[in-house]
Amino acid sequence: MRPDGAEVRPNLRDTRPAMTPGVRLGTVSFVWRPWNVLVTVLLAAAAFLVFCLSIGIGDFPIGLDQVIATLLGRGEQVDEFVIMDLRMPRALAGLVVGVALGVSGAITQSVARNPLASPDILGITGGASAVAVFLVTVSGGTAAAVVNAVGLSAAALAGGLGTGLLVYFLAWRRGIDGFRLILIGISVSAVMEAITTWLLATADIRDVARAQAWLVGSLDGRSWDEVRVAIWGTLVLLVVVGGVSFQFKPLHLGDDVAAGLGVRYTRVRAVLLLCAVLLAGVAVSAAGPVPFVALVAPQVAMRLVRCPTPPIVASGVVGALLLIGADLVARTALPIGLPVGVVTAAIGGPFLVYLLVRANLRLPGQG
Amino acid sequence: MGTTALERPTSRGTTQARRRRVVGLSTLVVLLVIAGAVSLAVGARALSPADVWHGLFAAPDSDQRLTEIRLIVQTVRVPRTVLAIVAGIALGVGGALIQGYTRNPIADTGLLGVNTGASFAVVAAIALFGFDDPFQYVWFAFLGAAAAGVVVFGLASIGRGAGNPLTLALAGQGVAVFLAAMTTAVALGDKESLNALRFWNAGSVAGVGFDVIWPVTGFIVVGLVLAVTTLPAINLLNLGDDVARGLGVNIALSRTVGIAAITLLAGAATAACGPIAFLGLMVAHVARYLTGPDYRWLVPYAGLLGAVILLACDIVGRLVVRPSELDAGVLVALLGAPFFAVLVWRGKFKSA
Repeated sequence: MRPDGAEVRPNLRDTRPAMTPGVRLGTVSFVWRPWNVLVTVLLAAAAFLVFCLSIGIGDFPIGLDQVIATLLGRGEQVDEFVIMDLRMPRALAGLVVGVALGVSGAITQSVARNPLASPDILGITGGASAVAVFLVTVSGGTAAAVVNAVGLSAAALAGGLGTGLLVYFLAWRRGIDGFRLILIGISVSAVMEAITTWLLATADIRDVARAQAWLVGSLDGRSWDEVRVAIWGTLVLLVVVGGVSFQFKPLHLGDDVAAGLGVRYTRVRAVLLLCAVLLAGVAVSAAGPVPFVALVAPQVAMRLVRCPTPPIVASGVVGALLLIGADLVARTALPIGLPVGVVTAAIGGPFLVYLLVRANLRLPGQG
Repeated sequence: MGTTALERPTSRGTTQARRRRVVGLSTLVVLLVIAGAVSLAVGARALSPADVWHGLFAAPDSDQRLTEIRLIVQTVRVPRTVLAIVAGIALGVGGALIQGYTRNPIADTGLLGVNTGASFAVVAAIALFGFDDPFQYVWFAFLGAAAAGVVVFGLASIGRGAGNPLTLALAGQGVAVFLAAMTTAVALGDKESLNALRFWNAGSVAGVGFDVIWPVTGFIVVGLVLAVTTLPAINLLNLGDDVARGLGVNIALSRTVGIAAITLLAGAATAACGPIAFLGLMVAHVARYLTGPDYRWLVPYAGLLGAVILLACDIVGRLVVRPSELDAGVLVALLGAPFFAVLVWRGKFKSA
């Protein structure tokens, strides 16, 4: 039996035969999968629709046609103010954070070869949370000065990145093994959690409420400044991921095969993991540790696209759809304006359980 | 698999090994007594041994200083020390049992979602009923811990993943993240429960009176009795289900009793102290290193070690950040997580 029983395995029914036509553009070649592209485009359209709906719904409702007209620069002035200044940052933050989490999840799940690996489990969100809570709760000159100078989001990003790197180096032992990576991630997360808990226990109750609100993950009250950083960060990282991703697929075949196909797997994996960590960090710094999107999105995308491994682009699109959808639900359907993190946890928890039970029932012989 | 029952199936044959284990056990008892005594003496106000003695046994008199000392010792230090010992034993034994039953070297009652289940129940109870006394919400913590433990354990035992160390950790993690978010959702809407939660959540043996400690101890004693009755069965179960069945073990019965024992022990300890993760995991490994895989020895060792370590962490926590205190649960996590990481790193759990 493999050490990580819940491993991503090609499901033979869903895998297309190797005859699928290839496309070659200069030195780059890839397999042309019309179904994959169709589903991804449809998902993107759905995400855009929810995005527009989310912008339109609120205390001052704006019709869908008006929203689209305004986005195209042909709207009325009132609408333009409401949309561009008030609602756009929040909706865009949802979009970007969703994409970042989805892609980050797709990468970590592929590298760890385990559908349950996600930035939550690899300690990134835990580290970001600990730093953010530290800054919010520890009163005194230094912390306040740091918050003012670099911003809570940037500090959280640094915390997440630092923890992610720590996990990576702790798990390094002549290479990275997915199983070890996850277990080390869990233990580092536990330390970060202990620190967070202790900070919360010793802090002033008003600070605690602020920290707690941040800890659950929310899109509420995003400003353009915060969103702009998240957008640029995500874009740059996506370009890097896109560049490396052609060497990515063979990793699923195992290190030896990948090496045989000319992939320098250790380096590719390190770059990809770094990108995943950074993407998760950007997401956490913009919206707090929104749980489960990184876990759920790639799995949903995998099933919709009918692909044996988490597809990167589709995962990002599903992540965006999921997050804006959840935010819309949190904002409109629920009574007291709960943060989006509560909704994603309510969806994600049962989904994780479903994955586990399914992986368990399916283990040997049927993969 | 870290538990290697096959290596030394019976070791009671050698009287030498037996004597060594008895000596080890006695050493642990002595260590526990010393730690208990230190725990009575150390704190915001350091007391001399004579003061502690007076505080414990002197008859009430008019001496102002002695009355004060008696108050400190009897209402603060003694409950705290007793709880650390009781909860430490419970978590230690629970950790050893859970590793025995799951044949899973990274099983830990804290990783099972027991903690977050208890947190969620505490918050929900406070938000719904407005409790403000630990004596009231300790029962909800107990229920929540038990429910979460059973759910996670059940999820991880379905199908073939049962023997896989990762499955349990992930099931626990998944349920924990879910419950943690729900807990936050409730706590955000309710200042009272947020305030109660953050203290309870750090995992501390301080601030609980005997009105809570006695009932909790009752549950723990029942759990310990159940645990003792299943010890021979665990040894056989570690030879594999088929072998155990062939040797006459009623597997379903012994698993049920085992889970009941684990739930009682971990649930009661968590209810009283708040979440303390990694303690059971650590002591089970240290105990296995000291005694070998025979659970009849391993479990008592783990219990005593648990009590000693929890007491020690509590004492250290009182000293390091004076005049404030570091909660025992935080210290245990800071100690336990690296321990866990080293075990992982050394490749202890390569395969299921």
